[in-house]
Amino acid sequence: MPDPAIVVDDLRKSYNGLEAVGGISFEVAEGEVFGLLGPNGAGKTTTVEILEGYRPRDGGHVSVLGFDPGRTPREFRERIGVVLQQSELVSNLTVRELLRIFAGYYAQHRDVGEVVELVGLTEKRDARINSLSGGQRRRVDLALALVGDPDLIFLDEPTTGFDPAARRTAWDMIRSLRSLGKTILLTTHYLDEAQQLADRLAVISSGRIVRLGTPEELIGAGGSVEIRFRRNGEPVVIETEEPTSVLHELTSQALADGLELEHLEVRRPTLEDVYLELVEEERSEA
Amino acid sequence: MRLALHQLAAEQRMFWRSREAAIFIFIFPLLLYALLVSVYSQRIKVDGAKVASADFLLAGLFGYGAANTAFAGLAIILVGRRETGALKRLRATPLPPSTYIVAVILSTLVVFAVQSVALLALGSGLFGASAPANSLGFAGAVVLGVACFAGMGIGTAALIRSADGASAVVNVVLLPMAFLSGSFGPRTDLPEFLRAVADVLPLTYFLEIVNGVYLHGESLFSDLGAVAVVAAWGLAGVLVALRHFSWMPRT
Repeated sequence: MPDPAIVVDDLRKSYNGLEAVGGISFEVAEGEVFGLLGPNGAGKTTTVEILEGYRPRDGGHVSVLGFDPGRTPREFRERIGVVLQQSELVSNLTVRELLRIFAGYYAQHRDVGEVVELVGLTEKRDARINSLSGGQRRRVDLALALVGDPDLIFLDEPTTGFDPAARRTAWDMIRSLRSLGKTILLTTHYLDEAQQLADRLAVISSGRIVRLGTPEELIGAGGSVEIRFRRNGEPVVIETEEPTSVLHELTSQALADGLELEHLEVRRPTLEDVYLELVEEERSEA
Repeated sequence: MRLALHQLAAEQRMFWRSREAAIFIFIFPLLLYALLVSVYSQRIKVDGAKVASADFLLAGLFGYGAANTAFAGLAIILVGRRETGALKRLRATPLPPSTYIVAVILSTLVVFAVQSVALLALGSGLFGASAPANSLGFAGAVVLGVACFAGMGIGTAALIRSADGASAVVNVVLLPMAFLSGSFGPRTDLPEFLRAVADVLPLTYFLEIVNGVYLHGESLFSDLGAVAVVAAWGLAGVLVALRHFSWMPRT
């Protein structure tokens, strides 16, 4: 089995005595899309910025592609691509001009035309970046991260501020990156995004990982199923780990009484329910 | 080296494509020169001697141009790039930070060198200004001016917190400095306390050096004291930058 692309062991970071990351550990396998999910201020961006080499860590062990990002060696930066959360592309250059400049920074880079096509900007390749829409600029962002042909791509909140159509397009693009065999570390506070894209997820709250697993595992870990219906117009919610027998009891009783269970619904919790519950738990403990 | 040239080409392309930069940094000092020469009488009295105003102002606007291009221009560009996240993005690429800074300064040098040639052409072509008495020294002054003011520009960029304030802060320093140093007219009429302020400003000494090489054919290093003051200001900027310069947005 190949070495994991990212190993994080007991990572710690504080700002002015305030703990931002309090002992996080996880591994990301090569070719995996790994999601860091959590509310704003949970420590996602701090974690990612340490892995990208932007910030020093206070404690713990970190290995990214076998490098210590704290030393930010150049060979390390040859192999990563970064899409920043906070970045405006202000440029009077055209898409291709800017990409050619970035391509020149790398010892080995992808063909600029190919990258432009990959992000779907072929028609805009000679347009000035100033003239592009917000969504198109984010695609240029992604193209800039891809032009160095990285093995590992960091995507920090890649679709924040997107309209629904643009988000779908971005998701398709991220899926196509995975099919190229790239390892992707994705941070997001959108649950649907994490569920759609990530092979595995870590839910972060208050600087700690509160749950780690595939989206299915996270939902399964909640265990219970909800049964909802209305009785005399009043909503009834039953949470149970044994939905079959509870449902059987309910329905046979209703049949015997000649009643209809109005709005009967059996649902497994969504990732959102699990997530909100986890974050809530963590908050009340803190 | 290859990377530095690659980045230099990129910087040049970005600079000349930007209308604001081309107007405010490149055209403005030339325009100011033409205006001031037209306003002053043919000869003006400087420290008791009469000199051609076209010559005096050429040296003055050359000094102002150096500070405007390398100090003000560079500081505003760097703060802007930092606050938009452009510098942060660059730090994730294999381009070494030192190579980037060298390329940015070289690009400033190219811009100011072209501006100096344009200023000389404008002066001699339209206003009968003299050619530099010591051409090599004059070329050396281009490099010295950019080195000093670029150091100050990068240091100032490190101290400015937001992109909104950058232009204001920089001009509050630049314009009074240019007035007090005698870029726009003789300092003979300045009150005593303003002369005292002027006596510590780098532009004052830079203009002395420029006047020496341009009008009197002196060597660039004939007044080592002046060169030392100019170098000290540049170095101070570099030291501030080494301590405070950030690649990450502040706001």
